Amino acid sequence: MPVEPLFLQRFDVAGRDFTGAGKASTTIKSILREIGIAPAVIRRAAIAAYEAEMNVVLYARKGTMELRVTPRDIQIKVCDEGSGIADIGLAMQEGYSTASEEIREMGFGAGMGLPNIQRNADTFHISSVVGQGTNLEIVIRV
Amino acid sequence: MKLETVRQILDCQVIAGGDKLGDVVTTGCGADLMSDVLAFIKPNALLLTGLATVQSVRTADVAEVKGIVYVRGKWPEADAVELAKEKGIVLLATKLPMYESCGKLWASGLPGGGELAGDRGDACGAPVPATV
Repeated sequence: MPVEPLFLQRFDVAGRDFTGAGKASTTIKSILREIGIAPAVIRRAAIAAYEAEMNVVLYARKGTMELRVTPRDIQIKVCDEGSGIADIGLAMQEGYSTASEEIREMGFGAGMGLPNIQRNADTFHISSVVGQGTNLEIVIRV
Repeated sequence: MKLETVRQILDCQVIAGGDKLGDVVTTGCGADLMSDVLAFIKPNALLLTGLATVQSVRTADVAEVKGIVYVRGKWPEADAVELAKEKGIVLLATKLPMYESCGKLWASGLPGGGELAGDRGDACGAPVPATV
């Protein structure tokens, strides 16, 4: 039976908006702090959200992030419209990156984004269609 | 190590958070790629970086970093300084290069996070496999 959320909010994320990039994740962090989630859990959720948000900004045209907090867990769903990922297994390897030089100059494209999300999540599901976009579902137990 | 001690060792200029130089950082991390920072850095750490965009401060905020030292004479952009003031993150700048900055702090007793690449399951539990 689905658990009634304590909190639910949706954020729009614009591709290539390098100035605003990360604002949704820092807002998520503030929300979790206000709810009273443990600091170590907040840090994991914030890192996972930030990496996911940056992936949308860097690689997609646009996307949405949905934060759902229940008494049991924090759920973050990220859906983007973009080029998608051809080989998810390869993208999950630490250090593998398709980032351009421009992205690296901005401090991203280390090939650690998806592995960082995975490491901070209790469950992590990723699906992608080349030419359409990528969906991430991140769950962190509270 | 107090941030004031960091300031003295690296001969830093204080850009933001001058009232927080008494705060203590427990580890240091030098990186220009922010995902590397997110992967390796510990809470309450000091970040040394040459990345002067607002994302350096956002990354610090997300990862609970207490202070940033911009190395190689880099100076953060205005929106980065504003965000640091809002979030209470100390910003310092040194003319020293990354290698020398890290070396001086290490030699003065500020350790690294102690994690090895590929061996990072201890920070927040063993990695879980992604489902596709």
